[in-house]
Amino acid sequence: MSRREQFWVITSNHLIEGDAIWLNNSGDWTRKLGEAKLFDDRDSAETALMTADKERHIHVGAYLAAARPGRDQKPEPQHVREQIRTTGPSNYFHGKQATASDVSV
Amino acid sequence: MYQYNDFDQAFVRGRVKEFRGQVERRLSGALTEEEFKPLRLKNGLYLQLHAYMLRVAIPYGTLDSRQMRRLADIAERWDKGYGHFTTRQNVQFNWPRLADVPDILDALADVSMHAIQTSGNCIRNVTADHFAAAADDEIEDPRQTAELLRQWSTDHPEFQYLPRKFKIAVTGSQNDRAVTRAHDIGIRALQDSDGRHGYEILIGGGLGRTPMLGQVVRSFLPKEHLLPYIEAILRVYNLYGRRDNKYKARIKILLHETGLTLLQNQIETEFQACQSRFSGIDSELRQHIEQAFAPPSFVAVPHDQFDIRMTGDSAFSEWFKTNTAKHRDNHHAILTISLKPVGGTPGDATSSQMRVIADLAEQFGYNEIRISHEQNIILPHLPLGHLPQVYDRLRDAQLETANVGLLSDIIACPGMDYCALATARSIPVAQEISQRFDTLRLERKIGPIKIKISGCINACGHHHVGDIGILGLDRAGVENYQITLGGDASEKARIGKRAGPGFSFDDLIPALERLLEAYLELRLMPEETFGDCHRRLGSEPFQRALYPADVQQAA
Amino acid sequence: MVKLVIVRDDGFHNDDLDGAKFVSSSEVAVSIGEPIHLNLQADDEIDKLQPHFPHIRVIRIQFSSFENGTGFSLAFRLRQLGYRGRLRAEGHLIADQYPLARRSGFDEVAIFSDIAERQPAEQWPIDSAQKGLSYQSRLQKAEDQLN
Repeated sequence: MSRREQFWVITSNHLIEGDAIWLNNSGDWTRKLGEAKLFDDRDSAETALMTADKERHIHVGAYLAAARPGRDQKPEPQHVREQIRTTGPSNYFHGKQATASDVSV
Repeated sequence: MYQYNDFDQAFVRGRVKEFRGQVERRLSGALTEEEFKPLRLKNGLYLQLHAYMLRVAIPYGTLDSRQMRRLADIAERWDKGYGHFTTRQNVQFNWPRLADVPDILDALADVSMHAIQTSGNCIRNVTADHFAAAADDEIEDPRQTAELLRQWSTDHPEFQYLPRKFKIAVTGSQNDRAVTRAHDIGIRALQDSDGRHGYEILIGGGLGRTPMLGQVVRSFLPKEHLLPYIEAILRVYNLYGRRDNKYKARIKILLHETGLTLLQNQIETEFQACQSRFSGIDSELRQHIEQAFAPPSFVAVPHDQFDIRMTGDSAFSEWFKTNTAKHRDNHHAILTISLKPVGGTPGDATSSQMRVIADLAEQFGYNEIRISHEQNIILPHLPLGHLPQVYDRLRDAQLETANVGLLSDIIACPGMDYCALATARSIPVAQEISQRFDTLRLERKIGPIKIKISGCINACGHHHVGDIGILGLDRAGVENYQITLGGDASEKARIGKRAGPGFSFDDLIPALERLLEAYLELRLMPEETFGDCHRRLGSEPFQRALYPADVQQAA
Repeated sequence: MVKLVIVRDDGFHNDDLDGAKFVSSSEVAVSIGEPIHLNLQADDEIDKLQPHFPHIRVIRIQFSSFENGTGFSLAFRLRQLGYRGRLRAEGHLIADQYPLARRSGFDEVAIFSDIAERQPAEQWPIDSAQKGLSYQSRLQKAEDQLN
């Protein structure tokens, strides 16, 4: 994949729950990667990250994660690490794969 | 067992209260995340991929039934019904909420437990031989030394913000079951020719990015000089250890860059300067601690049932031969309960399993339980006559896996399924290895072998000192596994060497199969272990099995 | 000029050394005869300072980051070498480190006003520092009892 085709999401961990969260289109956080805002250029993603990074009372350690548009243009993880954050561990059916992840942040 | 006195109890409670305040201050904004992070780490709290993770100390790997039951309760109430036992004799809970952690710490304090200094750049939970006071090859119980060090190092005002983490391990036996040469400080109890008790002190061991074995810095340290000498090492390290690069911040790098002789001189000078402050400690306090670790008076139990099962029940006798070690009392055995069932997660125990183990220890085993760095649970003192009952109850709890020291008794770190630092998964690799070789029915034929898996360069899975080490790395977003050969964690410690290019997740198990089939071909006789065979032949014939010409072309 | 807030066992104070001239460890030798205010960095060698102790009024040790704990060992060593004068930890320290600083031999901690605002006096655990209860003091006590 060439650099131009790179897509990004902004992700972090929730301060109290500790679980993975993503920035959505309205600038709030969501527990579902599928609802995250997909950035198609790095500069605007970086700018949004800087804004998001100020909300230290909500989350810990925001960063850009590579993603790709999947079904219905919803973001899907690029990296196996991000795949695991999105679903949960592979040894037990725990984490996001096991919970109704529409709990709002 | 060491019982908390009023001071211990008050101290641990005080720490919980302090941490409760720190959590509140983090939530209020008085503490930034940068400031909070080292504080939570000093209380064992990490932030991992899916949740916080709380690492609870099991000092020198020793606990009793009441404490084990409390771990089971915590797992049920605040976690997902299981705990993960680690290579540092800790137990980790993978799913706590930040706001619940102070309550968990209070629940631990109720049973004289804590999570203090299980992480962060400080002196970590001191580990010791898990067979302490039970093995017949022991010079002295290493736990008395470890407990003294626990007290000295806990909240030591100078050493809470070291250049990097600092790990100490103690063995009381010539047979090193505590991997002392892979620690920042390794302590080996010994007796000199006059019968005086003392220690051999090693420094600068460590695995991780730059694996090194510890070197002897003092060949005989009289017992009463332990604390000033260890304090001298730490002070020199805290003053001169590198802080410009976290990968060069461990004492092993200071040793490497300074040279043993010069560093030794600095430590000796500091030791002379601070020795007088410790002049009186090692009599009264030490006596108190020594008494606390006096072994129970062993009571023999009639063992007719045991004898019958040994001859008539092959599953029982196989389990006995594989999972027990010789106890210093002929009527007892040391039992290792394997936390490595085929296809399971190495080191995990459910709450109900923890309770079964607690019950067995209480009913049959003098109320003593140990955690080994190999991620198993030990009942150190079991009368032979009780073993049939113990076996049956373990079997009911699916804890009877007879594989200690064998291929599926794998050390594996949590890897990328949980750990924020990991670059690849470890647990599924361990699961697949145990399943594959179970299908092949090769485990017993292969015999004693240590497979150790780390999911990143930090080497929590000790891969450098496995007969076969597996290191999971990230290659452009894809997991890739390197194999090292010839490592050894014992008193003959040796760092394994990388065999060659890494394997994909799917190619790894077939490669290991070729490697172990080659060993079966190469060994002179069944008694020649994989380690012995590798020592005799070197890596070359094994590399040929790992990288046959046709496989390379296909890749 | 950044204002410092001084934390002592009785709370926050203004900096009585505001504007005082501090010298580096290499300048100590030529400052003989005057009461010296000495500034130490974390990597300064201190063993050679011992003869000058009687002339030194105050030593401050700089903490560039609260995560760099070299200063705690420097303080301990100065005390071990016999320095009895005023000893200050200055820079980025957080409230939670106050007891460590006191127990390592510091008399006071000097922080920047932004930290003082975020972590006001009531967050500094000066009580527990005063009680001085610690495993290390217990180990010392064992010594005292026997001597």
